[in-house]
Amino acid sequence: MIKGAIIGLGKMGISHASIVGAHPDVEMVAVCDTSSLVLDAFKKFSAVKTYSDYKELIIKESLDFVLIATPTRFHYPMVKYALENKLHVFCEKPFALTTTEGEELVQMATDNSLVNQVGYHNHFIGTFREMKRLLQTGILGDLIHFTGEAYGPVVTKEKGGTWRSKPEEGGGCLYDYASHVINLIQEILARPVKASGTQLKSIYSKGVEDAVYGTLILENGLSGLLSVNWSDETFRKMSTSITVQGKNGKIECDATEIKIYLKEASPKEKLEKGWTIKYITDLAIPVNFYLRGEEYSAQIDNFIDCIKTKRQTVYNTFEQGLYTDKVIEMIISDYKKQ
Amino acid sequence: MDKVLFGDNQFFAVNHASDEKARAQSIRFKEDAAIIKVIDQAIALGINTFMCTTHDRIGNLCNHIRENPENYRNFKIYPCMPYAHKYANAVTELGIMGTIKQYLPGNLFSTFAKGGFAFLSKDFIGLMELLIDAEMKMFKGINTPVIFIQNVLVDMILGLKMYDVFKEYDSYIRKKYNAEPGYITMNMPALLDALNGMGIENPIICSSINKIGFRMSGGIEIYEKYLKERRFQPIAMQVLAAGALRPKEAIEYLSQFPQIESVLFGASSKVHIQETKELIEYHLCESMVGY
Repeated sequence: MIKGAIIGLGKMGISHASIVGAHPDVEMVAVCDTSSLVLDAFKKFSAVKTYSDYKELIIKESLDFVLIATPTRFHYPMVKYALENKLHVFCEKPFALTTTEGEELVQMATDNSLVNQVGYHNHFIGTFREMKRLLQTGILGDLIHFTGEAYGPVVTKEKGGTWRSKPEEGGGCLYDYASHVINLIQEILARPVKASGTQLKSIYSKGVEDAVYGTLILENGLSGLLSVNWSDETFRKMSTSITVQGKNGKIECDATEIKIYLKEASPKEKLEKGWTIKYITDLAIPVNFYLRGEEYSAQIDNFIDCIKTKRQTVYNTFEQGLYTDKVIEMIISDYKKQ
Repeated sequence: MDKVLFGDNQFFAVNHASDEKARAQSIRFKEDAAIIKVIDQAIALGINTFMCTTHDRIGNLCNHIRENPENYRNFKIYPCMPYAHKYANAVTELGIMGTIKQYLPGNLFSTFAKGGFAFLSKDFIGLMELLIDAEMKMFKGINTPVIFIQNVLVDMILGLKMYDVFKEYDSYIRKKYNAEPGYITMNMPALLDALNGMGIENPIICSSINKIGFRMSGGIEIYEKYLKERRFQPIAMQVLAAGALRPKEAIEYLSQFPQIESVLFGASSKVHIQETKELIEYHLCESMVGY
């Protein structure tokens, strides 16, 4: 059995704890949080050990990995401590608050050959995987333009008060919502190297942006738009999509379907001329335990499998997470310049 | 339970295969009257059970039912709580304590707060009961013979192995609401094992059951084994696998499992409701012969 612990029991941490707890190859040894309410629930209803000090947990328990799902500003010290103690680490997104800290963590994980993964779960959704695969075949010909979007109803009233409303702690729509889209663009298309025309708009929040709009230019020269708004109540839940226009056609992709338009049929891909729609029902990655979406379990399955087979993950390495942080910095600095 | 249960996803922009279709539905069902019209059509076709989330808008439907009791004499609602996105979005914005505060009725939270969090933290079951009561308030005076917990909560508790919570839920629903507790899950075999392990026998479990194994975690084989060999009251949902299957082949597949008590489905047009209902009754009732 692989032994692990969860540090941080907010929405993501509890969800991870449940998925890790259900994994047949993992023994979830302990959890850690500062909320006595949440810890008491674990004490009362489960057999795992509870800690309010992550250092104590890491020292006292014999572990293979920790999963860190605390507010972003804690990622650096916690990941660092775990790596120093030779533990494999799964860290929630966004990765770190500054790229200097992020770079140090990437180096440490690499030097110690520890499995390191960041929670950009969209890469474990079958539709986005299919989009990446299709684009790699060059099916759209020369690429002209892309649009990366995410909308959802997180902040729809003028109030707030958690760390998510503090920019210096990694709050705001850019870190929370837009990071997913940036990471998808980065891994499916190419790495952004420049941000321009950035607009960060506060709608209901004070101190942080609720929407991010702007242009991204990628290392292969392709440019496109980023449009993200977490104060859009016309969406029932977070909805993320990527659209790519090429000379030979177009692909629109979200978590439920991928729509492919081709000017000419592709017999090799069995795609007809005009529109073809593929659904998640055919593309979902099978999982043994389901909570909120196959992708959340599939990313943990990948992490555990990497530990078991002593290999590094292809998806969501710390380095990839760090690069997304760098793009976030580019966007902020472009906005500040104006 | 009735053979045919009418669901509510189509009313609230839930479509597991297409966000775009979901959007179109949300436009069509903007007005409560549009929802009531479809439910009345379902009733006219002989469907008497509506299984729905505790979405705010269901409250409006409940008001309508209370105001027109003569039209809903045999009508039953199976509430499914909580409406998860309401809480999930709130937790992101307000944190866990903030969310409890927002959704606990009236001054109860301050009552708790006055006693200090120590009291609150030692009485989770009391807190659970309060939240159930808050969700159930809208159904006052309406027949709710089965009350479900939504899959997101069931599966979370299942993964955390906090099985005692199921037991407490089970006994509270029976005692306070004189109703049968039900469980929605994406992990049916694991849940049935857990419930049986807690001494909960023959539970009502609503889970995805479809020919292509969509959202049947752990694989279709173990689902089929449990449907054939284990004792529980299965409700099949997502039988069309979010539209990947045609109704006829989808329902035919179910007919090999005589233990399936009910099929949950949602549709927006009279023709579709009638077609699906007839298919379910034809295939499932036929399979009951000799059972």
